[in-house]
Parts: sequence; structure tokens; C-alpha cells
Amino acid sequence: MIRKALALGVALLRLWLWRPSPRVEEPPRIVAPGEPAPRAELLLLALLGCASACAVAFVVVYAVDLPRPTQLFGLCLGLMFAFLASALVLLGKRLVPDEEIEEDYPAPEREHAQEDVIGIVEQSGDRFTRRRLLKVAALGTGGAVSAALVAPAVSFGPLFHTSALDRTPWRRGRRLVDDAGKPLRAADISTETFYTAYPEGAPREDLAAPVVVVRLDPEELRLPAGRESWAPRGILAYSKTCTHAACAIALYRKPTFAPTQPGRALVCPCHYSTFDPATGGTVIFGPAGRPLPQLPLQIDGDGNLRAAGNYSGLPGPSWWGVRHR
Amino acid sequence: MRRSAGIAALGALLALVAALPAGADPPPPGIYANAGSSSAGGTPSGRAARGYALYGANCATCHGSRGEGVAGPPARKGVGDRPGLGPPLRGVGAIAADFYLRTGYMPLSSPSAQPSRSHVLFSEKQIDAIVAYVASLGHGPPIPRPHPERGNLSRGLKLFTEHCAGCHQVVAEGGIVTGARVPPLEDATPVQIAEAVRIGPYLMPRFSKQDIGDRDLDSIIRYVQYAKHPDDPGGWALGHIGPFPEGMVAWLIGGSLLVAVCLVIGRRATS
Repeated sequence: MIRKALALGVALLRLWLWRPSPRVEEPPRIVAPGEPAPRAELLLLALLGCASACAVAFVVVYAVDLPRPTQLFGLCLGLMFAFLASALVLLGKRLVPDEEIEEDYPAPEREHAQEDVIGIVEQSGDRFTRRRLLKVAALGTGGAVSAALVAPAVSFGPLFHTSALDRTPWRRGRRLVDDAGKPLRAADISTETFYTAYPEGAPREDLAAPVVVVRLDPEELRLPAGRESWAPRGILAYSKTCTHAACAIALYRKPTFAPTQPGRALVCPCHYSTFDPATGGTVIFGPAGRPLPQLPLQIDGDGNLRAAGNYSGLPGPSWWGVRHR
Repeated sequence: MRRSAGIAALGALLALVAALPAGADPPPPGIYANAGSSSAGGTPSGRAARGYALYGANCATCHGSRGEGVAGPPARKGVGDRPGLGPPLRGVGAIAADFYLRTGYMPLSSPSAQPSRSHVLFSEKQIDAIVAYVASLGHGPPIPRPHPERGNLSRGLKLFTEHCAGCHQVVAEGGIVTGARVPPLEDATPVQIAEAVRIGPYLMPRFSKQDIGDRDLDSIIRYVQYAKHPDDPGGWALGHIGPFPEGMVAWLIGGSLLVAVCLVIGRRATS
């Protein structure tokens, strides 16, 4: 009984699935037939499904309105595109058949035409009578045009026009003011911290304008010869622009107890060039190649700090030959 | 005459302090009188006396038996003939003792080591006692009571950038200065920040009220508190240092990934 029913079922299924086979002749294939790859197809389906799931998840996350959904948004979208991309790569590599076709270069069609061209080029210059002069003129024009193109590069470096690098806004008698424009008073300068000062009434954007002001015990000072009067009451001013790469000297090392701790130093945060304020800004560590320029100071009748002259060296970053100026 | 009396008193003190185990009984009152230090001043309260016992056991090696400091090998040897090296504590006040003890900066394992935040071994009561003793050594500033809630956040950022960020970085994550580490401020309490600004521990500059007023200090503390928990959209924060490391990660890691993907796509299929 069961067998009969089964046979009937199979027969019905066959009937249902049966199609009349087309009688027409198939045209010859252009693309080479390939092996079917059911596993790759399955994988492709899985990847597409994953991409769809991620897309749906994105919609869900968007709709649910979580407190901080940024990461989830990114995760959903990112995975979605990753799955999609993997699916496309798989499709291209495993399922779409590919073949290599090579095509030879065609043989030259008219060989005599090439000789004609050579002849034309050679004979075109026949009508010039002052050939050498024209050549010289053309070369000269080329040179002039090149010079015009290269000339602005001079602005890159101090090759010709360097007076701007020598200019500083500091003059004898110019007062030191703080960020707010208030003059710095000698009595307010503490030995425990450092201050940034600018020249009064001068542009502050200048590389040479900002100075860092520190105070040391006058007995600690070991300034180079000739600078004995540059640090009244132990107050010193140095250019705030590092002599290495022109970063701002923004770090000050102040030991609480000198015998066991690293000494006082001005430090540049960019490459850790370290300068000793007690010895005239000499380099004690780091890539800087020359000391920080020191600004001589004096104290006026009102107790304000004033410049007593100009820097001991050129402020700002170093370049070839800076020490010889 | 006076000098020899002083040396005798010191010798007695050294002997006593060297013999003191941690948490021993306070020294007899006679010691205070004999020391004859003008800055010791008056009779210390019970708490300061308890603090002195702890001080003698834990601090005197480097800071001297009466907080006079031990300047170094050329000047004088410390307790037990050790070349103890430490600054004088007279006049530093409760502010310094409170900061160094509650951050675990002190006691220091070696006199030349950089003090750094570590486990605090003393109990609250013991710290209070030592702080009271150190405060009794001279007229020093008290422990500050900052009010960060009164500060202005944007002004705090400006002031922090100006005075602190050179070393501590603008997000207060710390860094280095040549020869020392700069601590991050993530564990610093408002009181500790105020204390550090006013005393300038280790290599840090010290800022007086003239340099940074109390109101500005409140703003700085408020900013540091904010910098501990900035508004964070999530993801890999990269230390909140900003666009530079983010760009590095994008170009180096992201770019390498893209190149790898290109290689995978471009590889000839093996059939």
C-alpha cells in the first residue's frame, strides 16, 4: 500500500517537473563552460545574508534610539559593507568565468610612410638662414623662463634676503610686559616659576618677540664673561623660541631640593632640547646646536623690568652659518 | 658653649630616634625643651606629639630629627650615619605634608628617587598626626580648600594650557621632562591639585597667589576634573591626544588594511 502511494507520488512529481525540451539548436558558446561551484554559491548566499542582517540591524538600532549608538551604527554599516565586498570578491573570483585573451600587435601597414615623416622633419628647417642665432635666442628664452619660475624659491631660505632674520623688536629701555600688557615688576618675579614676556608696543608674532623670564639666586649664576650685569637681582630673560626648530620653550624644571634632584633647566617640548639658565642658556641635552639667546635686563626707577640691549645671539631656529653672524 | 650644648642635644635626639620603632610612644617632653629650636614653638598638642613619633621613625633619616633637613654628605650625615638627603621641613606647613603623604609620594624608597604616586602606608589618623607635627615646626600655609564648582571651565582650559600643559599635556595625561617623568593627573583630587600648584612638588614650578589667584586655581581644578572624563563619543580614544595620532592610525593601520584588501582582490584566481 505504502509502496503504491510512493510510486504514485514519484510519478506525479515527475509529471510536474517535466518540461518539453526545446528543439532549437543552441548557438555555439562564446564563454567557455565552467564547472558549477555549488559550495561557492552557498557561501555567496551566506555572505549576502550576513550583509542583509547587518543592514536590518542598522535599521533596528536606528529605530530603537539607544543612548550612544555611534559605535553600533559604525559596526552595522562597516560589517554590512565588508560582507557585501566579500560577496562581490567571491562572485568575481569563483563564480563568473574568466579567460585570458592575447592580441598581437598588428604589422605596420605602410612602411614607406615612416620614411616620409623623417624626410618632412629634416627638410622643414631648410628655410632658416640664421640658424645659430635662433638657437641661441631659444636657449636664452628657456633660461629666462626657468629663472622666473625658480626665483620665488629664494624666499624659502636666508640665501639673499636675510635682514628680516636679524631684526628683533627688543631695544635698550623697552619694557617687558606680560600676556595682558601689564609691565613685569622685578619684585614680582619669583624664583620658583617662570614667566613669558613680550616687548611693550611691538608685534608679538615675531619669532624674536617672546622671552621667558626666570629668577635664580645671584650666587648660582655662572654667566659667560661680559654678561655680568645682564641679570639684575638674578633675573634672567631668554628667547622663548628654541634654537633647534623654533618651538616655544614651555617647560621649566625647578628642583625642590637641589642636592638630590635634576637641576634647573628650560626645556623645549618638541624634541626635549634642555638649556641651563644659570650659564647663559647653554645646551645641556637635546638636538639644539647653540645656546638660547639671552636678553640683557635692567630695572628702572619704578621697579619694572626693561631690556638693556639686544639678544646675545640670533633668536629663532638655526640654519647653515648662523653661528658666524 | 651653645654649640656644644646643641650637639649634645642632637646626639641625644639621634640616639632616641634611631631606637624608636614605628608607632612607639611619644618622646618624653624633655626632648622638646632640650632641642631648643625656636621654630618648634610652644608645647605641641597630643596629635603633633604622636606625629613626632611617626616622624622620627619614618622621616627623620632624610629630613633631620627636627625637620631641619639633611643637606648632603659634605654638610652632615643623617641618622645612623646614612647620607640621608632631604630638604628642611620648617615652614613648609600642613599643605606640603598633606600632599606628599596622601599621594604616597613620601616616604621615598631612595633619597634621589623621583617621588611618585604610590600606595599610602599610613592610616588617616597617622597622616593627620604627622601633618600636625610638620605644621608645628614653623609657620607654613594650611591645607587649601579649593572650590572647583566656582571655577570657569573655559578659563580653566586657557590657564591650564598656559601654565601646566607644557609638561602635563593639555588633557592632563602627563609626559616627560628631561630627567624626570611628569605624572598624569587622573588620580589627583581637587585638594591635591591645589596643593601641588602652591608647593611645586619635585621639579614642578611653584605658583604663588600672585601668579595664579585662588579663583583661577578653582578654574584650573575644574578643568582638570573635566579632563579626567571628557565628553567621549566612544571608540578608541587614543589617549584623547587629538587628531595627530588619529591620523596616524587611519593612515598606517587603515591604509595597510586597504592595501591588503587590494592585494586579495587583485590576486589571480586559482581554478
